[in-house]
Amino acid sequence: MSSSSNARKPSGLFRNLSAKIASVPMVLTALVVFVGGTAWTVLYSFTSSKLLPKTNFVGLDQYERLWSTRRWLISIENLAVYGFFSMIFTLVIGFTLAALLDRKIRGENVFRTIFLYPFALSFVVTGLAWQWILNPDLGVQSVVRSLGWESFTFNPLNDPDIVIYGILIAGLWQGTGLIMVIMLAGLRGIDEDIWKAARVDGIGTVKTYIRVIIPMMRPVFVTALVLIASGIIKIYDLVVAQTNGGPGIASEVPAKYVINYMFRAQNLGQGFAASTMMLVSVIVILIPWAYLEFGGKKRG
Amino acid sequence: MKTIAKLMASAALCTASMAHAGELEVTHWWTSGGEAAAVAEFAKAFDATGNTWVDGAIAGSGGTARPIIISRILGGDPMGATQLNHGRQAEELIEAGLMTDLTEVAEAEGWKDLVNPSSLLDACTFEGRIYCVPVNIHSWQWIWLSHDAFAKIDTPVPADWNEFAAAAPKLEEAGIVPLAMGQQGWQQNGAFGVMTIAIAGLDAWRKVVVDKDADTARGPEYAAVFEAAVDARTFAANSNVQDWNLATNMVITGKAGAQIMGDWAQGEFQIAGQVAGEDYTCLPGLGVNEILDTGGDAFYFPVIDDEDTKAAQMALASTLISPEVQVAFNLKKGSLPVRGDVDLTAANDCMQKGLDILDAGGIMPSGDMNLTADTQTQIEDLMAEFWTSDMSATDAQERYADIIASAD
Repeated sequence: MSSSSNARKPSGLFRNLSAKIASVPMVLTALVVFVGGTAWTVLYSFTSSKLLPKTNFVGLDQYERLWSTRRWLISIENLAVYGFFSMIFTLVIGFTLAALLDRKIRGENVFRTIFLYPFALSFVVTGLAWQWILNPDLGVQSVVRSLGWESFTFNPLNDPDIVIYGILIAGLWQGTGLIMVIMLAGLRGIDEDIWKAARVDGIGTVKTYIRVIIPMMRPVFVTALVLIASGIIKIYDLVVAQTNGGPGIASEVPAKYVINYMFRAQNLGQGFAASTMMLVSVIVILIPWAYLEFGGKKRG
Repeated sequence: MKTIAKLMASAALCTASMAHAGELEVTHWWTSGGEAAAVAEFAKAFDATGNTWVDGAIAGSGGTARPIIISRILGGDPMGATQLNHGRQAEELIEAGLMTDLTEVAEAEGWKDLVNPSSLLDACTFEGRIYCVPVNIHSWQWIWLSHDAFAKIDTPVPADWNEFAAAAPKLEEAGIVPLAMGQQGWQQNGAFGVMTIAIAGLDAWRKVVVDKDADTARGPEYAAVFEAAVDARTFAANSNVQDWNLATNMVITGKAGAQIMGDWAQGEFQIAGQVAGEDYTCLPGLGVNEILDTGGDAFYFPVIDDEDTKAAQMALASTLISPEVQVAFNLKKGSLPVRGDVDLTAANDCMQKGLDILDAGGIMPSGDMNLTADTQTQIEDLMAEFWTSDMSATDAQERYADIIASAD
């Protein structure tokens, strides 16, 4: 905009006026609904609101209570474990599948459809299906035992120590297909000549992928990363359908804590405090990343 | 002058009867077979008054339905009437002026004298005004014992919790799960509440739950309760079911020795064709302390600014508590009626036991009436963790006392 040197034209504010008017509703929605709603939530997290929002401020009481609640701590720990493994495995499996499909194999369409299909299912269906698959009397354990391994035990959903991995398996099954497709699109965008050049230089296939192709696919990885991360933070329905937080409170997640305390426990203040903490954790991850991503470009 | 007054009076009567043709949407979460049949009795009686009952059943338990109901009332789209558990759940809605005051109807019909126990009406009363109609009494304090299971180990059916605890290892040896327990927070919390009354006694319970006295919660009476809960956890270790009715089914089929569950479990035994005293035994208060709590369901009437609707709401309020409707409803629901002056000859052995205890005054207010949903959720979370981990009795007791100390 600033590159305009025509003095007679009005200031930048009135350029493309119709486009700006057209975008007013969206800007208002963003400001009022997203920013306004967020500010309101943060503000009321400092009150002792119960069923109805009230403005009797109690300082940091809600946060103190939040961080001394075992269920919240377990939720955070679960989210960290789920997030860490989900991030790594989704990227690794998604990229590996995409790379394998990209080797011009026969029946690519069939495999692509099979791998992407779980993504067409909702988390509720995924959760229920995996609840049955991991049920010791119906699923994997009983199948393996009926094949002759009588002492085989695989019962993650009833074991508080490993239940979160049972959920992780279901989450990976549902989510890797999409990442695979995104990676595949990225791989298809790589010029054939790169491969030819690598072959001329005598670089091995795996090494080419790791040293040449992956660095070139940086934007694709960023997209995948954002998709996976947002999926991790908002995980709720999968847990509700698969374990409902059980056994005990071993597979609770933060979003479930927020919903429970806002509506079932009728304690809005506590729910708002928890959701504010979720927002803070997102910001803590986002800001350094945005700084690296956008701050770096200006210098370059 | 007299003629004018008479004319005015008759005109008032006319408008009153005209206003009776109202349509009311009634929301509730009674969707299982027996519950739906019971609600149909309400609908029939209400339609007979010339109004129309529009059924708004919400599937899922109270935990699912309550947020929907509350958000509709808050969102300015109130229903004509709704089921809620009376107690503190609706406190803030009443405070905000969103619930209709029923005091006039209540005084005209003398609810104060006929509702038994009177604590039910107290739970509906807020600052001296009445805001809900209690419709039934459900009590938690029951243990259900399978005759089959005890026949298998050649032991007489226990008459109280201590005998049961003594027989439990034998059941275990015979491959029977001593105590069936659904792995859900509210069931574990409920069972714990029942054990509190039976083991710590009413006085200690009252100090903790009504007066929120954390010192009593740290005291020896409650220590005994937590010890017993650790035992119960061992007995229930192999009970891998989730829903309460599946746990009840374990008792029905003799796979489990017993279950601690409220009187709604009775419906399951009835459907399975079992007879109280022959196939199963029920012990109120675990056979130790025969006291029943008086939780239950109540109907609230959100404020709707329309005279016809208001008249229909009042008509429904008085229908719900009328003697005939109380009998018809409670027989189908398996719960006890809220008024002492009705005749329940058709009640079975267990219901009769409950009625006798009510007559003898062995009652206490339910937890719903004394603890906020917030505190209850915290205790449920603690119980869910306690029952599925190897948390020690002392740790659990300490954390329980902390929750009580911060309760409001």
